[in-house]
Amino acid sequence: MLDTKELENAKSMSIIVTKGTLDWAYPPFILGTTAAAMDVEVTMFFTFYGLVLLKKDLNLGFSTLGNAAMEMPMMGGHMKMPNMLSMLPGAGSLAGTMMKNLMAKKGVASIEELREAAVDLEINMIACQMTLDLFEYSTDDMIDGIELGGAATYMERALNSDINLFI
Amino acid sequence: MADQTLNAEGLNCPLPILRAKKTLKGMSSGQVLEISATDPGSVADMAAFCKQTGNELLSSDSEADVYKFEIRKA
Repeated sequence: MLDTKELENAKSMSIIVTKGTLDWAYPPFILGTTAAAMDVEVTMFFTFYGLVLLKKDLNLGFSTLGNAAMEMPMMGGHMKMPNMLSMLPGAGSLAGTMMKNLMAKKGVASIEELREAAVDLEINMIACQMTLDLFEYSTDDMIDGIELGGAATYMERALNSDINLFI
Repeated sequence: MADQTLNAEGLNCPLPILRAKKTLKGMSSGQVLEISATDPGSVADMAAFCKQTGNELLSSDSEADVYKFEIRKA
C-alpha cells in the first residue's frame, strides 16, 4: 500500500466495530477494505461484540431477532424471517450457514477473506483492551498484527480522520 | 495490449476492486491491466476507484453480461 501518511492530500477513515454477527460483520469490513484499496488510511476499532471478529477461529451466525425487515430469497420469491425463528435451538448457526451458502453462491466474499484483505492492505486493527478484560479473552485467541488500545487511542485517530463511522 | 489480465467474473462487491488493487500493486507504473467482471456494480465502482487512486481508466465496455475495463497504473 502507498504510504499515505506522507501525502498531503491523504484521506483517512476510522470505524468503530461493535457487532459480531455475520450480517453486521460485512459493512465495516467491506468499507474498510475498499477504502484501504483506494489509498485511504483506515483504522478499525473492535469493541464489545465486535471484538469476536478478531478471533482466530470465526464462527459467525446471526439472529432473525430484531431484524424485522429481513427477507431471504426463496423459491423465486422472498420469505419474511419471523422473529420467532430465533427462539429455536441452533437457529443462529443454521441461519448463519444458510446465509454463508447464499453468499458463496453469489460470489460475495467471506468475512475470513475480507479480514485477510484487511491485513494485506495494512488496515490498523485495534482490539479494545477493556473488552478483552471484560469478556476474558487473551490476545492468543486473536489474529496476529492487531494493536491493543482504549478510547483515547481511538479518539486520537478519529480526530485526525476525514470519516468516522460507528457500526 | 494489456500487460496483465484479471478475471473477476462471478465475484461480487467489493472483490473486483480488492483484486484489482492487489494486481496493480505488483505492476509497474504505466503498465495496463485488463479486467473482466460480471458484477454490474463494478462499472461505477471501477470508475470511482480510478478517480480516487489516480490510476487511469482507459476503457469501460460491456459484451453480453461481461464488463471489461482497462486501467493504466499511475
